Amino acid sequence: MAKLRTWLPWLLLVAAALILPAILPPFRLNLLGRFLSLGIVALGIDLIWGFTGMLSLGQGIFFALGGYAIGMHLQLLSLAPGELPEFFGLYGVKQLPVFWQPFQSFVFTGLCVWVLPALVAGVLGYLVFRNRIKGVYFSILTQAALLVFFNFFNGQQKLINGTNGLKTDTARIFGELVGSDAMQRNLFWLTVVFVMAAWLLCRWLTRGRFGDALIAIRDDEPRLRFTGYNPTAYKTLVFAIAGAMAGVSGALYTVQSGIVSPQYMAVPFSIEMVIWVAVGGRGTLIGAVLGAVLINYAKSLVSEQLPETWLFIQGGLFLLVVTALPDGLVGWWRQGGPRHIKAMVGWPALAPTYPGLDLDPAAQAERQAFRSDLPPGGAP
Amino acid sequence: MTASIAVPLVAPLLELRGVSVSFDGFWALNDLNLSLAPGELRAVIGPNGAGKTTFLDVITGKVRPTKGDVVFRGRSLLGIAEHRIARLGIGRKFQTPRVYQNLSPRRNLELAVKGSHSPFNLLLGSLDSRQRQRVQELLAVVGLEAHASRRAGSLSHGQKQWLEIAMLLAQDPYVLLVDEPVAGLSEEETERTGALLRSLAGDHTVLVIEHDMDFIRELDCPVTVLHEGHVLCEGTMETVQSDPRVIEVYLGVEDDV
Repeated sequence: MAKLRTWLPWLLLVAAALILPAILPPFRLNLLGRFLSLGIVALGIDLIWGFTGMLSLGQGIFFALGGYAIGMHLQLLSLAPGELPEFFGLYGVKQLPVFWQPFQSFVFTGLCVWVLPALVAGVLGYLVFRNRIKGVYFSILTQAALLVFFNFFNGQQKLINGTNGLKTDTARIFGELVGSDAMQRNLFWLTVVFVMAAWLLCRWLTRGRFGDALIAIRDDEPRLRFTGYNPTAYKTLVFAIAGAMAGVSGALYTVQSGIVSPQYMAVPFSIEMVIWVAVGGRGTLIGAVLGAVLINYAKSLVSEQLPETWLFIQGGLFLLVVTALPDGLVGWWRQGGPRHIKAMVGWPALAPTYPGLDLDPAAQAERQAFRSDLPPGGAP
Repeated sequence: MTASIAVPLVAPLLELRGVSVSFDGFWALNDLNLSLAPGELRAVIGPNGAGKTTFLDVITGKVRPTKGDVVFRGRSLLGIAEHRIARLGIGRKFQTPRVYQNLSPRRNLELAVKGSHSPFNLLLGSLDSRQRQRVQELLAVVGLEAHASRRAGSLSHGQKQWLEIAMLLAQDPYVLLVDEPVAGLSEEETERTGALLRSLAGDHTVLVIEHDMDFIRELDCPVTVLHEGHVLCEGTMETVQSDPRVIEVYLGVEDDV
């Protein structure tokens, strides 16, 4: 039974992953795949914010770096020898810039997607954490870094096509168009695998003493320091891991969206990432993924019908979470939220009984005796 | 049995030499000299603002002295990061109980227990049987066995104080710096805390900062009186209490003297 309980959610997930492509139209499936990939960056944010207490508003940097890595690879993939990606022609660039060269290799790209964001996050994190910058100052700093990257990428037409970004859906992998339905279905499955792997990684990180140390940093960093721990090492490591996850997330999102552009580093997008985690439930891993998928799906559904209302709904959701559900939807669920709702509409859960007493003959006999002692009808 | 100031036959374990700390011109510590012999139990008292907490901050590396030196087992602690000082064997209990509220007492102790504290070790290694046993022992010492898996935040104030003392012991430090261990404790808890601290002295060097005079009397140990950042006098509780300077700055305002 216990085994079944452990495996059942996974079996259901695998079953869903196999069935959904058959029943969802390609457009909806593609959306689901994209939003699932956003679940990975949300997991990273949960790791650094929900567990370690560092609110980063700059995860878009790492997300976009992963996206650009795969985007550059796909730009180069289906070119004839000596040919350049099309956009270079617009700016009169005749030779492939040096840093583009290694992206012809799939292995290099595959590494770059997560190693590069992890390195950038590690270096940035180390400098910030070593100087004991935390709290709101850390948030402001990450947002400032995001703006620096955003403006830099926007201005580099000759290197990475600037504002226009890099398109990926016309590239071919194994002779198949990246934008084709069959390829998108494969990418959906790939995303499902990566989300599960990311979840397992986060679970492994947060379950044991390492996770306890992260929580200790969040709750009382000086105390941990005086216990002989160096919080800088922990924070740097976990920030780099979250960066790597953002990179993978960005790469998967890019291939399913068909484009990577500096818009991935826009300030509102990185704030939205935080909102997904807050709504889903920070400190609960599944909450991060659910938040990312549910909010984005709701956003796309609402935007199809009433495009101008979404921002109000999103703002309202955030307010609701901040004021009424501080632990997000999953936290609310785990704390018995549905039971409270049921009680509110006049259907309260039964109070616990004492079967030990009810079934004990001695206790029952005593109760009977007590009852017969009372004058008839005199029982209060 | 009366305690007396230990004549430094052995080299001191921890020594503050002419330590002064200035916060923007305000001298929180002023030419403070103090030495602790190995295994000693010492109480430090002083009125509010005497510099007691700053004094602990200097030893544990949180505040760098403007002048002077802190020497621990023959080496200077100046410029060493807090976590390294802690690893050298100086443990500190804070004024208000500081335990990790969202972890259980057992997990609190497992974080504190002596061993490697590097991230990779915590991720890839696990506690060995000796460490597990130590955690179990300490839970028993502070009477938290029955509450080992509860959220530490839901413990009573006294239990939190004790948990923090247990965390300190788990580090197995040479020196325990204990800031107001009995604040907010019941009489019985205070008594047990006193007995625990007395039993620790000998194996450990224990420095207790307290306001509770009865508790200090109970500890029956040498007392150092701080005033305006320097040592006013040292001696047994009786000597200290009868010192006119002490009465003037501190004990004079207390009713029980």
